[in-house]
Amino acid sequence: MQITVASGKGGTGKTTIATSLALSLASQAKVRYFDCDVEAPNGHLFLKPEFTESTPAVIRIPQIQAEKCTACGRCVEICEFHALAQVGKNILVFPQLCHGCGSCTWNCPENAIVEVPNPIGTIERGMALENIEFFRGLLTISEPMPTPIIRQLKKRMQPQPNTINIYDAPPGASCSVVETLRGVDFALLVTEPTPFGLHDLKQMLGILSDMDIPCGVVINRDGIGDDSLRETLRDYNIPVLLGVPFDRKLAENLAAGRTLVDVYPGYRDILRELYQQITEIVGGKTK
Amino acid sequence: MKLIISAQNSSLESQVDRRFGRCTWLILFDTDTNLWEAFQNPGVSQSGGAGVAAAQFVVDKKADVVISGDFGPNASRAFQAANVEMLRFTDSTTTVQEAVDHFKQDKLLK
Repeated sequence: MQITVASGKGGTGKTTIATSLALSLASQAKVRYFDCDVEAPNGHLFLKPEFTESTPAVIRIPQIQAEKCTACGRCVEICEFHALAQVGKNILVFPQLCHGCGSCTWNCPENAIVEVPNPIGTIERGMALENIEFFRGLLTISEPMPTPIIRQLKKRMQPQPNTINIYDAPPGASCSVVETLRGVDFALLVTEPTPFGLHDLKQMLGILSDMDIPCGVVINRDGIGDDSLRETLRDYNIPVLLGVPFDRKLAENLAAGRTLVDVYPGYRDILRELYQQITEIVGGKTK
Repeated sequence: MKLIISAQNSSLESQVDRRFGRCTWLILFDTDTNLWEAFQNPGVSQSGGAGVAAAQFVVDKKADVVISGDFGPNASRAFQAANVEMLRFTDSTTTVQEAVDHFKQDKLLK
């Protein structure tokens, strides 16, 4: 089973739910936690992994071999990310714009392009609380492109039977979130009953509908705001799987690095039940 | 001498655009002939690399000088490599015509 925890709006409680879901399921299955918020990962603050492996995340960028290059400009023309420019007889490479797609290398009629690894971050692995296998990607500061790291992070561990992969997504509704969602069985959407929460959630629902991924919603800080979130979810026919009431004690403890199930152990059973509902929705879909 | 100026519209009376990569129009003005021509900026609709796309256009047009509000690191690198001089509007430059006048009066900022 592969579950992505996403939200749209930032700060709704993705990591709160993802970490406690991982802890709740760790006694019944092998759980792997992937922190895909590679620009600002924070799952480690709660699951406290001891990192034992670190591998560089690289993309392969073009290097022009001047002695072979005839300055035909084909590579510049083909690059849809404008990572190459032609000035007279020179080809300029802009590494921070390069997605590492390889189109320039492939299309160069002179075979004048070789690809060299360009490190953009790291992927780390270690064991965390309650035997959770913890992975995280970390984008180097000033590097602009998170998606290749997320792709490589997810590739590190293919799903296996009786293993639950939980992917903690970045906030927003852009490429990096789509990459975190790609190929998963279920999207658990954590939101809050505010106009911002609802607005961004609708963007997520559009993406999930396009990607054909079933989803359910956790309403965090339940009790604040208004009813428009629940009304909208009824209209969209999206199940509300859990409401977590707004609670100052919980907020204070989360800020101190404690988890939801640590503060309120009763949530372990609630989250196991939530997982049960997820398996039923996913099972019903595949039938 | 060929100038290219970033603009919000396609005439000499247009307001200049202080963004380079994301400007809507690029106005080519030849100071030897006083002839001008407006081009849509190929960078404006790109999801990324707008500065490089716009710079490539300017370089391909064989401009000697490019005039905008400022230039990002990628566009700057392309212009330096191509020996295109980058000049910036003054606070009082509002239209493309004024940008041309300010260029002739040597008022633009390096």
